[in-house]
Amino acid sequence: MSDHPTEDSYGNKAKSFIHHRHALPSLAKEPRYLIIPAMLRSLKVSAAIAVFACPLGAEDIVDFNRDIRPILSDKCFQCHGPDEEALKADLRLDQRESAIHVTAIVPGKAGESALIDRISSNDPDERMPPPKIKKPITPAEAALLEKWIAQGAEYDDHWAFKPLEVDSANTKKNSVDHFIIATLEQKGLKLSPEADPSTLVRRLFLDLTGLLPPPNRVDSFLRAHEESPDGAVAALVDELLDSPHYGERWGRHWLDQARYADSNGYTIDGERVMWPYRDWVIRAVNDDMPFDQFTIEQIAGDLLPDPDKAQLVATGFHRNTLINQEGGTDDEQFRNEEVVDRVNTTGAVWLGLTLGCAQCHTHKFDPISHREYFEMFAFFNQGTDVNNTGATIEVGEGEMFLKNPDPKKVAAIETAKNALKKTTAEKSERQAAWEKAMLGPAIEHGTADWTRVVPTKFNAEGGVPLELLDDHSILAGPGAPNETYHVQLTPSTEPVAALRLQLLTHESLPANGPGLAGNGNIVLTRVEFLRDGKAITVKLAEHDHAQPGFSGAYTIDDDPETGWAINVGKGTAAGVKMNARHEVRYTFVEPLPPGAVVEIVMRHEKNGNYNIGRFAWETSPTPPPSVAAETLLTKLKLPKEKRSDADKKYLASEFAKVDAGQREAQQQVDAARKELGIGKPVSTMVMRDLLEQRETFIHERGDFLRHDEETGPLYPGVPAVLPAMTGDSKNRNRLDLAQWLVRPDHPLTPRVTVNRVWMRYFGHGLVKTENDFGTQGSFPTHPELLDWLAHTFVEQGWSMKELHRLITNSETYRQSSQASPEAEKVDPLNHLLARQNRIRFEAEIIRDTALSASGLLHPEIGGPGVMPPQPGGVYAFTQRKVNWVDATGPDRYRRALYTKFYRSAPYPLLTTFDSPDFQSVCTGRIRSNTPLQSLTLANDTAMFELAKGLGARTMSEVEGSDTDRIRHAFSLCYSRPPSEKELGAVAAFQKKQAASFAADKAAADSVAPAEYPDSFTLAEAASWSAVARALLNTDEFITRE
Amino acid sequence: MINPLQQQTRRHFFEKCGVGLGSIALTDLLAKESGGNQMAMGRSHHPAKAKNVIFMFMAGGPSQLELFESKPRLNEFHGQLPPESLVEGKRFAFLGEDAKILGSERKFTSYGESQMELSELLPHHRKIVDEVCWLRGMKTDVFNHGPAKLFMNTGFQVPGRPSMGSWVTYGIGSESSDLPGFVVLQSGPRGPRAGNALWSAGFLPSSYQGVPFRGSGDAILNLNNPEGITPESQRDFVDLVGTLNNERLGVTGDPEISTRIAAAEMAYRMQSSAPELMDLAGESQATLDLYGATPGGNSYANNCLLARRLVERGVRFIQLYHTDWDHHGGPGQTLGKDLEKLTKQIDQASAALVIDLKQRGLLDDTIVVWGGEFGRTPMGETRDNKVGGRDHHIDAFTMWVAGGGFRPGATYGKTDDFGYEVVDEAVHVHDLHATLLHQLGFDHERLTHRFQGRDFRLTDVHGRVVNEVLT
Repeated sequence: MSDHPTEDSYGNKAKSFIHHRHALPSLAKEPRYLIIPAMLRSLKVSAAIAVFACPLGAEDIVDFNRDIRPILSDKCFQCHGPDEEALKADLRLDQRESAIHVTAIVPGKAGESALIDRISSNDPDERMPPPKIKKPITPAEAALLEKWIAQGAEYDDHWAFKPLEVDSANTKKNSVDHFIIATLEQKGLKLSPEADPSTLVRRLFLDLTGLLPPPNRVDSFLRAHEESPDGAVAALVDELLDSPHYGERWGRHWLDQARYADSNGYTIDGERVMWPYRDWVIRAVNDDMPFDQFTIEQIAGDLLPDPDKAQLVATGFHRNTLINQEGGTDDEQFRNEEVVDRVNTTGAVWLGLTLGCAQCHTHKFDPISHREYFEMFAFFNQGTDVNNTGATIEVGEGEMFLKNPDPKKVAAIETAKNALKKTTAEKSERQAAWEKAMLGPAIEHGTADWTRVVPTKFNAEGGVPLELLDDHSILAGPGAPNETYHVQLTPSTEPVAALRLQLLTHESLPANGPGLAGNGNIVLTRVEFLRDGKAITVKLAEHDHAQPGFSGAYTIDDDPETGWAINVGKGTAAGVKMNARHEVRYTFVEPLPPGAVVEIVMRHEKNGNYNIGRFAWETSPTPPPSVAAETLLTKLKLPKEKRSDADKKYLASEFAKVDAGQREAQQQVDAARKELGIGKPVSTMVMRDLLEQRETFIHERGDFLRHDEETGPLYPGVPAVLPAMTGDSKNRNRLDLAQWLVRPDHPLTPRVTVNRVWMRYFGHGLVKTENDFGTQGSFPTHPELLDWLAHTFVEQGWSMKELHRLITNSETYRQSSQASPEAEKVDPLNHLLARQNRIRFEAEIIRDTALSASGLLHPEIGGPGVMPPQPGGVYAFTQRKVNWVDATGPDRYRRALYTKFYRSAPYPLLTTFDSPDFQSVCTGRIRSNTPLQSLTLANDTAMFELAKGLGARTMSEVEGSDTDRIRHAFSLCYSRPPSEKELGAVAAFQKKQAASFAADKAAADSVAPAEYPDSFTLAEAASWSAVARALLNTDEFITRE
Repeated sequence: MINPLQQQTRRHFFEKCGVGLGSIALTDLLAKESGGNQMAMGRSHHPAKAKNVIFMFMAGGPSQLELFESKPRLNEFHGQLPPESLVEGKRFAFLGEDAKILGSERKFTSYGESQMELSELLPHHRKIVDEVCWLRGMKTDVFNHGPAKLFMNTGFQVPGRPSMGSWVTYGIGSESSDLPGFVVLQSGPRGPRAGNALWSAGFLPSSYQGVPFRGSGDAILNLNNPEGITPESQRDFVDLVGTLNNERLGVTGDPEISTRIAAAEMAYRMQSSAPELMDLAGESQATLDLYGATPGGNSYANNCLLARRLVERGVRFIQLYHTDWDHHGGPGQTLGKDLEKLTKQIDQASAALVIDLKQRGLLDDTIVVWGGEFGRTPMGETRDNKVGGRDHHIDAFTMWVAGGGFRPGATYGKTDDFGYEVVDEAVHVHDLHATLLHQLGFDHERLTHRFQGRDFRLTDVHGRVVNEVLT
């Protein structure tokens, strides 16, 4: 175990870096970029090079940030630090003046410094830190403190909070290489040679678009590279940056930070519509929207003067927070959670700081106070959304991608929408007119005048007792199953146009009836009407209500297997109950003359005891209106004030069926949308602030219920350690914050942003702790390069594409990823970049590359989320079952960033390959390597389908030999030819597979692609699927070399 | 067969690991890769007492004062400020300075020969009081969930270091060639905070990372070959992929490829071993009843039974996470019905695992650990204007350990009258790590890995083997 004196609270990575940076306190506040004197510059360069830890030699200069701050922070600040409440003896060791003032420190004179005296005292009452704190200063630490005081006790600001430092004398065209090479040379290393051009073209395609290069583009690149390597790379980079897939690739990185998902989170996890925001991101990235504008529109687009629709959709960034839809939740509690998340996400994404630590108490390591946290909180505390959908905006499919929309067409939509609005506004007038007309005499509805008929004879074949009640209805008792009732009616003095059977409830029946089944249900299978023994023909049998699949019409179809039943089920109108009065009305083809004797047979031929319990027959001399018409009339006749909400809804929907004016107005809008090129509109969530500000208080210990009233309401503000925000604090809003985040002299935003871009290209950032630029984070491996890149990024108008060009054209980026033994010895983790790193792609890109290799990719950009096939067993035993219907059309083959993401049940391939769950911000993903990943690649149905696609391509795109086919498959997957050994192994495998499939037709059927050229046998076709499957399963396939 | 290039890379890789363990792990790995299935125990620093660990991680921080520690003084001082000597200079995640002592409403009774006091909430634990070594003086360094869980798992509060399970499998290798050496099982309403980082291999080769089974739905998806792919065809497929990967390894020298080759082989073997492992139907009704497990479900009880089955199959390190024990007193977080719900979920199965392992003679070489990332404060916490919970407490909490040479029925650790501080027999997280490694045959100061020019270890520069709790 090495006994490095600074091993304590620093991260292991930070610990290793020795950097001798001179404090420049007097300059630190003033200019935008520090211009470093030449003498210091050389010192800095040589110092920054000693990257790996070696024991501190006697001649070394003690560095405050590296050596001293951790000791003071860990052992002393608790009582002598920023927390005023805990301050003892009025001594602050985090402030040099304070420490000198009370002679705790006498610069240059360790012997006279009380600090040294107290830490080495043997008197337990004198000794610091007090023994009961149990954090003794070790002798090594004491020695460091002594040496530091002897050397002048210089304090230094934390590097990341200081302004960017850029060496103005450096005029090298591409300084990425300048800084990397300089550092390597100090360690006796050099850059690796440029990667093989076929590796390079694949690398560039994957890094910039996340898709594989088509073989012909590989070929043309190789030819161009022979002519001019630099020119070929530059041209390809330009081409790929212009590809719409660039926005998908880099937009996806951004969506991680935006914690974008298609569901609300928590246990209910209902679906939400946020894809217009996703589309906005893709569009903005493709357009190379300057990062400052990109920031402002997302944080505060709604507060810009006269914001356009896209600027409102952009604010969806902070509407990606979770919403808890569980019953009984305190909305205010979850509103606070959302605000907290917005603060923490803003801190992580732009500032690279763990602001969340200051939610409950003053940050223990970084100079961010509890109060400052809630001053940041105040910016986000004004939203109108309260754990709910809140403000929304209507966006059409494709609308975020419109390029230079024709103003006339845009205006046409507006005109049509205004017309629609007007039509809608006049709807009640039109409906009133319609209602009046419907009730008027001009419309023939049919009328009925039902009279209950007294049965003259009645009996049951099976012998159950039938009893005639006072109201002329018949009550049946329990007894024989599948009874048949016979009823003869008193002849009418009027014609009989229709008869209706009424089912009635009765307290003697199970569940009050009207049936005799346990739940009161019936199944009436056949009703026959006879006159003088001859059947009367029924024109229409219409029920008021029927159980799904058990229509009243089934009673006259002469089929004993079908019948009328009355349970409620899916599709039953609200409010309808089974245990209530129901009816079927039978209209005869020819009305019967007065005096006709009618006999009725009622058969129950299914479900043993489903006989009717109580019923009556009624007669009408005229044909009755339809049930629907009658319902409508009944509701129309209700005075307006007596109509229930359900009645109003019913009438509105009936009117909508005939309201041509409304329909036409809507069609006009749809047509105008189509004309402009946008589809169906959806409502997506956006940020909006309250008109009247919410007061913000410090939440004591982070508890939203415990407002610190003593401190009083806070105004929005930013941590004092960062550049000051101008303007009246009372009137600040998110727009001020957004503009502050991207002010050109911001020490954090440009550094944090370029560092993350760097991380994507090399596997790790120049600052390894890309999510912590605070004092606990690691020191940059190449501080000058970081600042130069950040500076250049801002100088180039915050252009991401320029930053990409800068990095991808560099020799550093273009070098080979093959390890060399010498470099491995010096720099095993390749922090100095003597070679490129091999990087396994993100989960989404694994699917995307398989899609592009298979040729099945449907390259459409944007729109609603899609549902590609997912394995069975995802929802086994779970409570939350997503209605996941595997897409069958082109949506089955869309890029993975369009796969619907349910936070509680994510698409398994994504999580298996380390996609985050998007509950909160993710600034950098981890990369694991597990057997579960192997199982997914090998056996997942979606992956297998793509293997078949690649197999089909291998057959259809090559006319030559099997060897040519293998070469082609390699070129599709790896952009390179196979080695002889690889070729041999694959060829042998293919032959063996073909032979075994020839012997197993069923297996071959399952494995062969759906379509393949006639020249192949089924077994051969299956064998090429098998080959393709193997090629999609290698490490190389999912790795960017 | 191991490819010579791969072997060379491996050797090259292990050369960088320094002396000591590197060579141990290398020999084991190479033995395994060349088809052997030998145990690495003989190559430890000293003879091992145990070879497996089952760590039942109660994520969120269970309250020792409602479960294991009877403190009458709490009830006596209920509603009063704690003595200043206790809280001076202390900080808490949520508590303010005005936090008052909270009495415990739970009844405690002594059980067994050891006369261990247990709360009414753990009736099944009564059966194992004499099998278990109770650590009442646990201490940790950090009081927020994510960092504290990382600390308990990796000895460090920031992600990036290898977890205990990774160190153990790195040290002693896996006895199973069909299943990963380090398996993570999950139950409860959500995954543990800090997620993957808790079972990460850190800077150790990624093949030592924990393999998480899914907490809902099928534990492992995609175990079946696609339709039409016969077992023989699958074998050929795995071989071809292996050949192609080895070719690439030869070209690039990237050890990640070795991991992927091993992972693919493991995946292939899991296709037959995992369904058999996961199928609890073959367990006797008596065993199922002992745990309260139900074949075909997802539960903590099922995971406990699975843990035993994993141990039987040679898996070295099994970690069970059960969420969420964070009883601050807010809605769903009370020490009343919410705590009861959790203890009902874990009490029976935790005890059953100890009993079952013992019955089968597996307890001697299996260490069973039970505990969370920290305990809870003697002071009550006010949430929603009600005092119904306790805050995170790092200065004294209880864990228990059974089997693997830990003294059965022993109680180690004494806390003050309020359960606030350990007054004697403290066991820091680093000490627990050192002791666990000791029982597994390793000197925690010598189980190291060189990274960025420094030798790292699970216990950093700390840790003491607590011999007092060992037989």
